[in-house]
Formats: sequence, C-alpha cells, structure tokens
Amino acid sequence: MAVLQFREAIKHAIDEEMSLDERVFIMGEEVAEYNGAYKVTEGLLDKYGYRRVIDTPISELGFAGLGVGAAMNGLRPIVEFMTFNFAVLAADQIINHATKVKYMTGGQADCPIVFRGPNASAGQLGATHSVAYDSMYAQFPGLKVIYVSEPNDAKGLMKSAIRDHNPVLFMESEQMYGLKGEVSDEEDFIIPIGKGKIKREGSNVTLVAHGKMYHLAVQAANELAKDGIECEIIDPRTVKPLDLELIVKSVKKTNRCVVIDEAHPFAGFAAEIGFLIQREAFDYLDAPVLRVCLPDVNAPFSKPLFDAWLPSPKIIIDAVKQVSY
Amino acid sequence: MAKKATSDIRFAPTGIESPEKGGVQKGVDLPAATRKKHKSLGLTTQELKDMYQQMYLQRRFEERAMQQYQKGKFGGFLHLYIGQEAISTGTVFAFNNNDDIITAYRDHGWGLCRGISANEGMAELFGKATGCSGGKGGSMHFANVKEHFWGGYGIVGGHIPIASGLAFANKYNSNGRISACFFGDGAVDQGALHETMNLAQLWKLPTIFVVENNGYSMGTAAKRHTVAEIVDRAKGYGMKSAVINGMDVLSVFEKMKEIAEDVRKHSEPWFVEIRTYRYRGHSMSDPQKYRTKEELEEYQSIDPIERLKAYMLKEKLCKQPDIDSIEEGVEKEVLAAVSFADESPFPEKSELYTDMFVEDNPYFHV
Repeated sequence: MAVLQFREAIKHAIDEEMSLDERVFIMGEEVAEYNGAYKVTEGLLDKYGYRRVIDTPISELGFAGLGVGAAMNGLRPIVEFMTFNFAVLAADQIINHATKVKYMTGGQADCPIVFRGPNASAGQLGATHSVAYDSMYAQFPGLKVIYVSEPNDAKGLMKSAIRDHNPVLFMESEQMYGLKGEVSDEEDFIIPIGKGKIKREGSNVTLVAHGKMYHLAVQAANELAKDGIECEIIDPRTVKPLDLELIVKSVKKTNRCVVIDEAHPFAGFAAEIGFLIQREAFDYLDAPVLRVCLPDVNAPFSKPLFDAWLPSPKIIIDAVKQVSY
Repeated sequence: MAKKATSDIRFAPTGIESPEKGGVQKGVDLPAATRKKHKSLGLTTQELKDMYQQMYLQRRFEERAMQQYQKGKFGGFLHLYIGQEAISTGTVFAFNNNDDIITAYRDHGWGLCRGISANEGMAELFGKATGCSGGKGGSMHFANVKEHFWGGYGIVGGHIPIASGLAFANKYNSNGRISACFFGDGAVDQGALHETMNLAQLWKLPTIFVVENNGYSMGTAAKRHTVAEIVDRAKGYGMKSAVINGMDVLSVFEKMKEIAEDVRKHSEPWFVEIRTYRYRGHSMSDPQKYRTKEELEEYQSIDPIERLKAYMLKEKLCKQPDIDSIEEGVEKEVLAAVSFADESPFPEKSELYTDMFVEDNPYFHV
C-alpha cells in the first residue's frame, strides 16, 4: 500500500491507462501547460506530449462534443471539466449525444468516453459553483455515474472508467483532492464499476453515503459510537449501476437506514435509495428511511448561511437518533 | 431616441410584408454555377449517369416515402431533402469513400448516397428491424457507419462538435481522412457552431463546415434569423470559405473536390455555404405560409435533376431512352423498397434493451 493524495491516485490511473493504450488522451481547460487547475494532470504533458494532453478553450459544449466524435471514431477521450457545474453547458453532448448515439444508430457507433471533474460544492463558491450533478445524470439511460470518496476507490474506478466501452461520468471534489489515503500498489489495480463497499461495519443503523458526504458520515458514526450506536457505512462508489444488493443486505441486518446525499432532495439519489429500500426490505424496517440532503435552496455565499445549507455530522447524528427509537 | 408607440416596437425582422417595409421575401440568392464541362472536372459520362441515378433515387425515394407517410404507414417526423439532392451527390462523388460525413435530421439523401439501400432506408422509416438503424433511429437517424456516414442528428447544431471530433481522431491517427459536417441555415445561430469553428481553426482540424442554406430555418427566412451573410462567419475565425451553387451538381462537385483536397493537404478547416432550396415544407405538418408559390416555382424551374438531364442530352452523352431506363430502374427499386419495408418484421420486443451498452449483460435500473 502506498499513501497517495486523491489527485495523485487519479493521475496514476490516467497515467497507467495512457501508457497502456495509445488511444487514450486527455483534454480540458488548463490540463496541459498549467498542469491542471487542481494538479490532477501534473506532469502528464511532459510525459505524453501535446498530441495526448491538450489544453482547450473555455468551451465546454465544443470540446465535450469534440470528445464524443473522437470516441465514436476510435479514440478513448478523457474530458476534464474544471467542475461539473460548468459541464451544464455541455449537457447536450452528454445527455443527447454520448448516451444516445449507439442506440439511435442501431448499435453502429460506440462512445467510449470519460467525462471527469469535481462535483458539488467546495466552500463558499456561491450558487452556480455548488451543485451536485450525480443524481441528475444518473436519471439518463446510457450513462454510468461514479462519485468516489477515497483515493483507493478513485484509482481503481478511474482505470475501470477509462477501459469501459460506454460513456462514464467520473466525479471528484475540489475539497478531496488533497485527501490522503492508502492506495493499492497491486499491479493493474481495478475496482469494477457498480460495486459498493461496506466501509464501516455496525449493527444498529445503515448509513448510505458517497462522495464528500461519506466523510461526514464517518465523523457522525464516530460520535454515535461514543453513545453506543454502531453505524454500518455503505459507500456505493458508483451511483449507477447501483449496488442495491449490498445496501439491502445491510438494511435487513440493521433495520434502519439514513441516506446522506449532497444533492437537493427532489427526485435525487436519496429519494431513489429510500424507494428501493421500501420495495426490497419493507418488512425489515423498524423506522422510516430518512435522508440528509441539501435544502431545496441555492447555495448561499455568507459563511453562516452556507454552513446551515450544507449537511453536517450534527444533522446526520440527529437523523440517526430519530430512527433509533 | 424618439419615443415609439409600443405597437410599433419590433424585434425579429418581419417576413410576410413587402421588402419596402422591411419584409424578407426570398430565401437565398444563388451564386453562378460552374461553366466547366464534366470532362475538365475529371468526370466520365458513366459517372454523370451515376450521379443522375443517385439524385433521381433520392427524389423518388422521398416522394414515395411521403406517400407512405400520408397513408399512415409510419409515424414520427419526416423532413424531406427534395430540391437539395445535388449537394449530397456532388459531395459524395467529390470525396474519398472513407472521408467522414455527418448531417442533421434531413438525412435520407445522405444515407442513400453513402450506401444505405432503398430497402434499408424505407424499412427504417417504417420502423422495421431490417432498417439501416434497426428501426431504432427512424427518419432523423439514418446511419451507415461502416461506409463513414455517421448519421443524421436531431438536435439542431448538436452534431457540429461531433464532426470536429471525427476530424480530431483522423488527425490524431494521421490517417489522411477528412470529415465534413452538413447542417441547415438554422444551425448557424447555435453556439455549438461558434465553439466548434474556434476549436477547429485553433487546432487545425481537417474538417469542412457546410451550411446547406435552403433559405429557411423551419418557417423563418434566413434574413429573419441571422445577421449578415452566412459565409462571412468564416472571417471572424480566419477560416477559408466559399459559396457554392447547390442547385448544380457539377458546381458542388467541382468546389467540394478542391476544398477536400485543400483540407487533406493543409489540415485546416473550411466554412462553406451551399445555397439551395427545399421544395417541401420543413416537415410534413408545414403549411408553408412563409414563402410564395412564385418563389418555389422559380427554384423548381432550375431543378438540379432536370439540369443534369438537360446537360447530358445537350452534350449528347446519352439519349432520352437511356434516361428513361435509369428512371425506370429507380422507380422499380423504390417500389420494391416500399414492399420490402411493408413486409419486413418489426423489431422483437427484446430489442428494446439492446444497443444501449456495449457489454452483453448490462445493468438497467428498475
């Protein structure tokens, strides 16, 4: 095991895949000469040159669509968005083209492409830089959506994403890039897309949390353990395909569940998990499934308002206590 | 500024008033056609006959498709290419067979030109399993990827960056292929065109942006939806450009061949406006109140298919019976295609779940 920062884990995955497959290239704003807005691509230009590490203009629709065409024509693009908040400008290419071209041509064209970058909020960045998009994209058929929480997952799943033959969205967080963690140094370390992980075992309540929210769940669980409440934390890692079996198995054991999600509440990941648990484990539930989400409100700038907006360990603890009657 | 009565305030230029009042009556002005004869363009008599056969096929295919649509044989949208056949035909004859072509939803002609048989095309319109896209695409999504026709796309301007992506991969692999993206004058107003022209010029992509300016963005005349001359968009990007008479297949062939060779040689994009006219409405539900009967008749009088026929007869390349024989062959082919489509099976219900993902047992959320 090597201890790596989150950004290094992603870079190692990209580096390994680029060295294995000539068709893989990366493009995005500031990925080459600037070495990456968040240093995820640091050193890749020196190693692979200008043909395969490409700076783009601030032109999300243009370069995302260019990536789709390149993927259809035999390449394996990794398209970096400086944040998924900017990828909204490219949504036509992701939603209408990358996911649909294979189907509407009756299988004639594939689109093996990875769209990656930070997702959701990163401190006081205001309303337009703070949205979690994983639930929204998971709504659309044809997309695989990954939102990881730890460096080891980032590496193993990024390699899977690049090798996948379909469009994959890989989500990160500005606030996690410096996070350190042990990363497998097994040769060609891969984590399959669609497999969640039990990251903390417990018997009293199941917490489902991914991405940045996973770390809040850990803090809450540590606090709750002091009161004798043992949480089982499931990190689905992949939003879609969803590892429902893992979640249901845990809920059948603990009989209680809180879903923590950094999206707004309506029709999001938490809503979906809640629905699935009632369908699959209705008779096992000792309390309603609760969710901790963002309020149905835009991200505020002011620090006290922002803190009130973002889920916190305290709110998770309250939710767990509410289901632990 | 003098204050105006609110009833006098206007934004979009009006189209149904006289030109004196600022109204716009005519879609496009055609540039002069080439004066060169086919031999000096490097075309043989047989190639001219093949061009004629191809244009006539596109025309009759769509006329029959329209009949079948009106008979209720299939649903969805049906956007007809009738009047614009010289563009697809001239281009495909000018390009190498492995150059990459992609277009918008007015795509039947392009598909027929790039290897989709009348049978496969008609069956696709009917939503049958034997269609070129297995019945999953329909009228707007003809495709024949193995012959480098990447399909028709239904979001106006959405396929423009994809075309440059095809060119990007060609340059990346240094394979000598170029790409060309065809779109209507309506797509000129989309941001996707601006972003892609900037990228293509900046990155020196071997691609051609081609506006098939048929004068109308659905029911809005070109001069009512876009400023200045469309071809002048190229200037802002320092991009090479041309205007072509799209009612003459020899003009399209001549210029597109030159441009394709220039793109291949220099790996630099071009922006081309091919002026043309669509005889039918935007789609089948279009009452066409935005244009005059006289305007339509003016263009029908310079029909590209009739023009090529007249050229071949005048140059004594063939005789009327030769033309009749080509037309009879096409007529049979198209009628057989209608029967083929009619008799073909619909896709099995299990096909609903195929072609979503590459793997054999993909995940579908339930």
